[in-house]
Amino acid sequence: MTTARPRLLQDLTVVDPSRGMNGPGDILIIDGLIAASGPDAGRNGVPDSTEISNCRGLTAIPGLIDGRVFIGEPGLEYRETIASASRAAAAGGVTSMIMMPDTEPVIDDIALVEFVLKTARDEALVHVHPAAALTKGLAGRDMAEIGLLREAGAVAFTNGRKAIADNLLLRRAMTYARDFNALVALETQDAHLAAHGVMNEGLYASWLGLPGIPREAEIIPLERDLRLAALTGVNYHAAKISVAQSADAIRAAKAHGHAVSCGVSINHLTLNENDIGAYRTFFRLSPPLRDENDRRAMVRALADGTIDIIVSSHDPQDVDTKRLPFADAADGAVGLETLLASALRLYHSGDVSLPRLVEALSTRPAQLFGLEGGTLKAGAPADIVLVDIDMPWILRKDALVSRSKNTAFEDARFSGKVIETMIAGRTIFAHTP
Amino acid sequence: MSDQHPSPSFAHRHLLGISELSEQEIVYLLDQAEKAVEISRQNDKKRATLRGRTQINLFFEASTRTQASFELAGKRLGADVMNMSIGNSSVKKGETLIDTAMTLNAMRPDILILRHQSAGAAALLAQKVDCALINAGDGAHEHPTQALLDALTIRRARGRIARLVVAICGDILHSRVARSNILLLNALGARVRVVAPSTLLPAGIQDMGVEVFHSMAEGLHDADVVMMLRLQRERMDGGFVPTVREYFRFFGLDSETLKAARPDALVMHPGPMNRGVEIASEVADSPQSVIAEQVEMGVAVRMAVMETLLLQQGVNAAS
Repeated sequence: MTTARPRLLQDLTVVDPSRGMNGPGDILIIDGLIAASGPDAGRNGVPDSTEISNCRGLTAIPGLIDGRVFIGEPGLEYRETIASASRAAAAGGVTSMIMMPDTEPVIDDIALVEFVLKTARDEALVHVHPAAALTKGLAGRDMAEIGLLREAGAVAFTNGRKAIADNLLLRRAMTYARDFNALVALETQDAHLAAHGVMNEGLYASWLGLPGIPREAEIIPLERDLRLAALTGVNYHAAKISVAQSADAIRAAKAHGHAVSCGVSINHLTLNENDIGAYRTFFRLSPPLRDENDRRAMVRALADGTIDIIVSSHDPQDVDTKRLPFADAADGAVGLETLLASALRLYHSGDVSLPRLVEALSTRPAQLFGLEGGTLKAGAPADIVLVDIDMPWILRKDALVSRSKNTAFEDARFSGKVIETMIAGRTIFAHTP
Repeated sequence: MSDQHPSPSFAHRHLLGISELSEQEIVYLLDQAEKAVEISRQNDKKRATLRGRTQINLFFEASTRTQASFELAGKRLGADVMNMSIGNSSVKKGETLIDTAMTLNAMRPDILILRHQSAGAAALLAQKVDCALINAGDGAHEHPTQALLDALTIRRARGRIARLVVAICGDILHSRVARSNILLLNALGARVRVVAPSTLLPAGIQDMGVEVFHSMAEGLHDADVVMMLRLQRERMDGGFVPTVREYFRFFGLDSETLKAARPDALVMHPGPMNRGVEIASEVADSPQSVIAEQVEMGVAVRMAVMETLLLQQGVNAAS
């Protein structure tokens, strides 16, 4: 579906990292595609029927592509469905979600990939691209049907929230995945070393009386993964790093020319372990929130390009898994709706430029996952977000669209609000003042 | 087949692998085997060349067809053949390979045929026994008579080996058949390709004298010979490849996949086949398939090898 009439978005700031563009301009949309964008887009005449939208004061960016989204469908629909997640995404300016296979059943079979794609086609507002399990049932024992799953539409292969323990299996899976040019995106937390830890290991955890997770639980599997990635030549993505030394390891691997990339969750760019306060379970995350030095290292690594992408790591949990003592609660926080607003904190603080942020939220993930989008150049689908970069607002939990309300940004003050989200030129979300 | 004079061009006591053979020696064995084919096609298939000689088939790995082939080859040459397989040997009681071999050696056989699951087993035994030894497969190392019978099959069908494009497809990593074939086909001037997922390729394969492909369509393009390898069941469940379904989809041979090869391409398989895993029945049973010919050539090649080795042995003993 596309807008019936052409539309001209006029008098915008256009931020398009794919072309190094960051300045005033217009965007002309015809038949769901970007016909022209930039300083001259509206000057060469537009079709007679064109709807003109005055967008003075707004910034246009390519729709966000969120590389790590957990959804409860199939199996745990009370937490989140593909449809409800897509509404949350639209409200947050996310036009494409990479959906994690951690469902019930696990997405490790082509029939389930097809189910996700069909459900998304029928019910979702935004693009949904399934990531499939690298190993059957995410059990870390036998590799899944990587070739068939990739043909069915899986854009990446991942293995849940813990590192794969079996080095031989991981090596073979990487070797096999390389033949199919598949992206292997793994979280790197050693289940044994993390043990029963529930937050960053250190003084704060000790005062709280909570078992900690050492930084080495992340660094050791990451360094192992990077070595095996170099050995096998696989396209490897460290999905969620949280520790300064992890960024160093990625930086070194890139300097050696290996095909590696990494992501960071928005939480680890904007929060630290002190936010846990008095055992607030919505701040119980995996990997755990680290200290301020690590957070600052994540921001620096994002700014210098070591970190490729920012993800929401949207992870809906309900009262049954969150209204519990901290040590007994589940990990995870929702994040689709706050992804852009919280990322803009880094822009307003002067730590990261706006084009670099947009690149990490849209352009780079499009490249990594091999998707259309991530650009505003002519010919691309008109997946566009209009943002009021400075608009102040406060997140009220009850206003969240997501079916689960476990946000780490309850009552947070933001500057920057999504005003309109478009998919193929069609408005799927509009801010109502 | 033989004129009772050992060839001066074949001076080996044992046949441990293709790697020790020169091009001339390979051709000599193939030429001898051609004569053996004629013998096997006569009503009277019995020769007295090896009359009075004792052949022991020592098989530590079950292999009905290879063992039967060697047994038949020996009997057609007039040898007395004894089969020893792991199931009824004392190895299961803890005896070592060498102890078993020394026991058998004391029975004064003239030729020992060894199949063993460990690479290098044949070379080890060859140092210990007094008789000739044929390696009938040692782990993932070599299976020389298989490569010879494959070459004979190809040469009879195409008239030559040189410059033919031969695609060896499947589990190269664990395959002694692949290693022996790569050596032999290269020695005779063929262009050898391997087609497999990287998990089923050994390290350094690109330097073994082959072109490496991970796609059947590319690997089979314009091939003269398509040689499929067996994939063991235990390797199809997620360790090396995810499932049978996926393996067949990407690396199995069916009539559609075969279209990439030359229209008259030969289809070969060392057997036993997994129909529907690495090869579809429509291809295995098609006119292009020479799988049955391979079995026939197997007996002939083994007759040629045994006769050549034992006549050589006679010369050595006399001199």
